[in-house]
Amino acid sequence: MRASRPAEFVIVQLIRAAGFSAIVFVGLILFFLAREGGPALLEVPLDTLLAGRWYPIEGYFGLLPLLGGTLVITLGATAIAAPLGVLTAVYVAEVAPRWAREVLKPLIELLAGIPSVALGFIGILVFVPVIRTTLGLPTGLSALTGAILLGLIAIPTIVSVAEDAIDAVPRTYRDAALALGATDWQTIWRVTVPAARTGITTAIMLGVGRAIGETMAVMMVTGNAPVLPSGLQALFHPVRAMTATIAAEMGEVANGSTHYHVLFLIGVVLFVITLAVNLVAASIVFRQRKRAERILS
Amino acid sequence: MVTMSVSRCRSLTWALLLAASLLAGCQRTSGAGEEANAAGTTIQDQGSDTLVNLALAWAEAYHQEYPDVTVSVTGGGSGAGLAALVNGTTDIANASRPIKPEEIEQARAKGFTPQELVVARDAIAVLVNPGNPVDELTLVQVADIFSGRISNWREVGGEDRPIVRLSRETNSGTHVYFLEHVLRRGENGNETLFSTDTLLLPSSEGISAEIRQNPNAIGYDGLGYVTPDLKVVAVAEAGMPFILPSIQTVNDGTYPIARDLYMYTAGEPDGVLADYLRWILGPEAQALVASLGFVPVEP
Repeated sequence: MRASRPAEFVIVQLIRAAGFSAIVFVGLILFFLAREGGPALLEVPLDTLLAGRWYPIEGYFGLLPLLGGTLVITLGATAIAAPLGVLTAVYVAEVAPRWAREVLKPLIELLAGIPSVALGFIGILVFVPVIRTTLGLPTGLSALTGAILLGLIAIPTIVSVAEDAIDAVPRTYRDAALALGATDWQTIWRVTVPAARTGITTAIMLGVGRAIGETMAVMMVTGNAPVLPSGLQALFHPVRAMTATIAAEMGEVANGSTHYHVLFLIGVVLFVITLAVNLVAASIVFRQRKRAERILS
Repeated sequence: MVTMSVSRCRSLTWALLLAASLLAGCQRTSGAGEEANAAGTTIQDQGSDTLVNLALAWAEAYHQEYPDVTVSVTGGGSGAGLAALVNGTTDIANASRPIKPEEIEQARAKGFTPQELVVARDAIAVLVNPGNPVDELTLVQVADIFSGRISNWREVGGEDRPIVRLSRETNSGTHVYFLEHVLRRGENGNETLFSTDTLLLPSSEGISAEIRQNPNAIGYDGLGYVTPDLKVVAVAEAGMPFILPSIQTVNDGTYPIARDLYMYTAGEPDGVLADYLRWILGPEAQALVASLGFVPVEP
């Protein structure tokens, strides 16, 4: 038996390495992004980076239109996906009869598997003309179309995680509420959903994270016009997202040029935003857990 | 138990060895490719990014027909290609503009005169929705529309509709040509830019899909990418007749938004190089020109 120790040691080390590799990869990604994007801060004056015009072939490197574009699309997508996703999760977990649940869950997971390019095609062929004619807009290639597609992409993530969270609420909570005379609706709305709110928040944050990083569908339907968004009506105008900018321009840019460095700087900004979203989600989960522990003790 | 663990360690070693040899194998294959090139003849072809896809298509087709000749194509821009020709690091320089007098001077200083060959033509069609009543626009009107000075179709004789401007992405050669020769009228020091709300679409298909269904849209694209369900607008220089783009009007020089695409060689080409350039002007290579959205040169 003692002779098997080396093998065990190797296996333990391999598992440990696998665990740490995630941290190493994130660290390396950040390192390379910063190494390639950092020079942009030296090459381009800060007031150019914070200007409102993006036209890289003539040296206009204003990042604000791109940042604004991403924010408008992401907020729109969240406004669409969060309520729809959470309500779907509640329906699937609490209301739907067994057969409906067995049909709905795989269908929603199938939606998650549709490639975003295919969704982009559907967007161009179906959503763009319909949005232009029904809302009377000059063009259907707008932030709204992008937000709807991103909402569709984020919904499966939200439904799947939120449904698990609601499902994990102990049976006794519902029994207790029903025994006290609460109706089904009161049980769901006042007991089950609040008990699962940590998981639901995580679900929404994961959905938002998925939406921020999405590229292909956004590039196909938002029109990619680098207009600085102003106010709520920006949702109905074309916008240019950060991800779409990187994808559209990286292919042809000269290696090591200022434009190349600025594109990597956009990558750093995206990375920081995603990190911030995840940190906010983690802190909400952490705070709520502490509160729950206080109540229980 | 003992033997088991030993054999496990051994299999791990084998796996590592295998992985290492695979990696080494990968590196070796790239080297082998270069050796094969050295056995035949390699033509270096560098320059214009507008021409790069066409040059690659030619290189590929030629290599399939004559496997002992390899054409290696690089982009980098017309200026970079002509500089490489002057320095003797390329056999062919691709250019989307005619050579400048100072570049000819530099070449003469190195002891040769660059030879020019028009290999294809590039024409840009201005496109609108088939339901749009506007049939013709002057170049100044097209420039004013794309720079944002005109933003309603009524101002150019159309219906009372907002104008939605569609353009290729900024990294496309078509975008740059349109900016320099239509928006800026080819003038040095003219700093006109596209209106910021111009939609930048990543593909020709994106542009035609939007124009097909949107009566507000105006766009432009290489003549070869135009599909029959789009309406092509006739364009005119100031005081000249309105001309629709076609292979004929591009070749006789009457259509205003068109340019020649060139290949330059160091002196009169001979041997393999001359064969290749002769093949490029032949029917097979000129068919590839049309399939990539350019206008073939008429013999």
